[in-house]
Amino acid sequence: MTEQNEYPESGRVPSRVIGTPPADAPIADTDPIRAPEGVAGVIPPDPDKARKAERLVALLFLVTFLSGAGFVASYVIFQVGTIDRTATSNLALGGTLALALLALGAGLTVWVRQIMPKYNLIQERHEMRSDDEARGYVKETFLQGAEESGFVKHRLLRRTLLLAAAPLGLAPLVLLKDLGPLPGTALRHTVWGEPTKDGKPRRLVVEGTGQPIRAADFNSPGGILSVVPEGYEKDLNALAKATLILLKFRPEELKSGTNLNWTHDGIVAYSKICTHVGCPAALYEQTTHHILCPCHQSTFDAADGAKVIFGPAARPLPQLPIGIDEEGYLVAKSDFKVPVGPSFWERGDAEAEVRENAS
Amino acid sequence: MNAPPKAIAGVSTFVDDRIGAGNFLKRNMRKIFPDHWSFLLGEIALYSFIILLLTGTFLTFWFKPSMGEVPYTGSYAPLYGVHMSEAYASTLHISFDVRGGLLMRQIHHWAALLFVAGMTVHMLRVFFTGAYRKPRELNWIIGILLLSLALIEGLTGYSLPDDLLSGAGLRITQGVAQSIPIVGTYVSFFLFGGEYPGHDIISRFYTLHILLIPGILLALITAHMILMWVQKHTQMPGKSRTEKNVVGAPFYPAFMIKSGAFFLFTFGIIALLGTFAQINPIWLFGPYTPADISAGSQPDWYMGFLEGALRIMPAWEINFLGHTVTLSVLIPALVPLGIVMTGLALYPFLEQWVTGDRREHHIADRPRNNPHRTSIGIAGITFYGILWLLGANDEISANFHIDLYTTTWFGRIAVFVGPAIAYWITYRICIGLQRKDAEVLSHGVESGVIKRMPNGQYIEIHTPPAEDIAEHIRGKKEIPVLTSAEDGEGIPPKSARTALGRLRTKMSEAYGTDHVPLTDGHHDGHHEEEHAGVGTGDRKELH
Repeated sequence: MTEQNEYPESGRVPSRVIGTPPADAPIADTDPIRAPEGVAGVIPPDPDKARKAERLVALLFLVTFLSGAGFVASYVIFQVGTIDRTATSNLALGGTLALALLALGAGLTVWVRQIMPKYNLIQERHEMRSDDEARGYVKETFLQGAEESGFVKHRLLRRTLLLAAAPLGLAPLVLLKDLGPLPGTALRHTVWGEPTKDGKPRRLVVEGTGQPIRAADFNSPGGILSVVPEGYEKDLNALAKATLILLKFRPEELKSGTNLNWTHDGIVAYSKICTHVGCPAALYEQTTHHILCPCHQSTFDAADGAKVIFGPAARPLPQLPIGIDEEGYLVAKSDFKVPVGPSFWERGDAEAEVRENAS
Repeated sequence: MNAPPKAIAGVSTFVDDRIGAGNFLKRNMRKIFPDHWSFLLGEIALYSFIILLLTGTFLTFWFKPSMGEVPYTGSYAPLYGVHMSEAYASTLHISFDVRGGLLMRQIHHWAALLFVAGMTVHMLRVFFTGAYRKPRELNWIIGILLLSLALIEGLTGYSLPDDLLSGAGLRITQGVAQSIPIVGTYVSFFLFGGEYPGHDIISRFYTLHILLIPGILLALITAHMILMWVQKHTQMPGKSRTEKNVVGAPFYPAFMIKSGAFFLFTFGIIALLGTFAQINPIWLFGPYTPADISAGSQPDWYMGFLEGALRIMPAWEINFLGHTVTLSVLIPALVPLGIVMTGLALYPFLEQWVTGDRREHHIADRPRNNPHRTSIGIAGITFYGILWLLGANDEISANFHIDLYTTTWFGRIAVFVGPAIAYWITYRICIGLQRKDAEVLSHGVESGVIKRMPNGQYIEIHTPPAEDIAEHIRGKKEIPVLTSAEDGEGIPPKSARTALGRLRTKMSEAYGTDHVPLTDGHHDGHHEEEHAGVGTGDRKELH
């Protein structure tokens, strides 16, 4: 800090240099520690107890030594490779480790409590705020520095600096653009709408086995089958939208919510992806025809267009138009008419649009 | 020992010559730390974090954050030959083919649960004792940030093994992200690198989980510790404890070794859990596919309240002008978290605004002595707790044979009614405890000695309370109340004239008014027999 006025033409110059600590002051203030009045601040332990405690501590430290050694030995002795051997190794390693840590912790605790003195010391504390002198000094220095830097006076410099910072600040955000493609209309389509290589409608196949489903063979009213699109059995992105549940009803069971044109001989296909947040709605109760999503318990009536009966889902599970090919296997006649899965901003009331187009 | 051993003296001199560490140590070696069991709760979180860093580093040596498909060829026979992501295969490898791998995985998971639990109970301790008050508001906010980040850290870590259960959590996360108005689909596509599940999310979560978030956590924890150190810890009220001092044991050597022991206990207990309590047995779940799920899927405990909120929300959705706002996802995903976290972050400032209290506080309140704060806290816990409970409503339904939809309806009502009831009950309990305190000070404690008076009356002799207990009770501080008194001409102070100002003074009066002022415990000129009488007439004046 200089007392010379280097900027005589500017009006903002500290009138005096304040707050400079005197040379002989301590580097930082130490909050003094003392014992309470009339009481000892450090109460030494009872020597007899301390001697006994020492033996206990030594025993505990020995236990730690032995278990630590046991841990190393377990690592060498117990190999892994089968479920049972992994379990044994886990038990040996974990048991010795836990014992070593707990015995060491117990030893330290006995040491502190029985061998070290009891403390009852008082340390002063001071208010957190700096004193007025320090605040004044900082304020003056800040203003002087601002003046010296010329940041306030040189307007062009200030404005161009802010201008310069703007694109640099944006740069990292721009860089993140390639994190992913834009959504486009991807969420509106599934692979059911794509014809197969030979131009035929896509077959429904059983999840897991990949077997196509002959309509005549799927003859178990009350049953439910998890179905995936042929050719995409292992494509997780496709499955996340295109997985179906397939059910067979007696004709009299189906209600108006189900589009009969999209069924085949009482066989109905609904999207398995819950319209709430996208879990597979995998549970089915045969007697009530209820489909239940195990995540948040949205319940859909399978006999009535999978409309929502209970729970947080706001829309029915979309129904897939199905039919059979010339060999009698179930195929998709088209893609879903509405987007499947959880709602999104651009979705809109697709169901209403479908109804309008139909009428 | 008259001189430090040469090794220590040499190193110390070397360091001090270069960075002057002696001055720092001179001020800090004997720094006094107050003692109370509840001050250890935060340490559980701190030590869990250290354990997480240690075990997490171990796990990264084998874990492969890739969604590339491989056939499993490890030693877990039931999944041999099954196609799965490299992430899942490497997690199986750690579990079955690396010695100590399963132990470290289980310790890591248990430590994560304890990390969030430790932070939560530590935060509740700070809240209920008012330890967030000036000058500690900044550290309080750092704490809220830490808790929020820990939730994200937990979520990202939970998703890494890429098993069927973790995938269900990821799917819900994606569904929630997609529901955000205007930007939801973009958020989801950018996060997942395209359509769900894509091929990028595991490696991206991995970077967040092991680098970015732990880095921020470490920085914030360091700041948390430094602020605690600089501001000195709060202390409970008691003998010779004032707002101007700290009473306790010095850092070196007592507190230092105690803390070391507590770290070892924390580690030891977590190691026990990791050894004997199986957690997240991913090999039972199988690899992730978006087409399947197992019933009874449950998140880690700290996500339970969000899960519960999603479950009890009615199916509300708004469609307008070709756009969709999914309230049945947005409200449960954002509102409870928002209420809890924003409410916590703002509480110190709201309390200051209501009480007008700008003083520094270093003596912790006993929860009973600020009944409204305690009631608000318990109401918050009830709100959180009901949502948390409903996050497992399918388990409750299955195990207690309660109709599933009944549990949902219970939750929908209880989430509003529960906190109100909890508030009222807590308030009454606090007032009751205050009365008990006042009674202990003014009448003493029951001695168990029955005495027959000359007039035939039987009384139990009361003795004055032990001094430390009395001092603890006398540590009660009055809560300031804003002055709303009208001046001589019937005009209230300027700040109290607006509608908001009137509300503020009303709230201040309710918040700060002491319904059970402590009468002084000294009974000058009274004989023991007299203050020993336990007639009802005596007690009435306390009310």
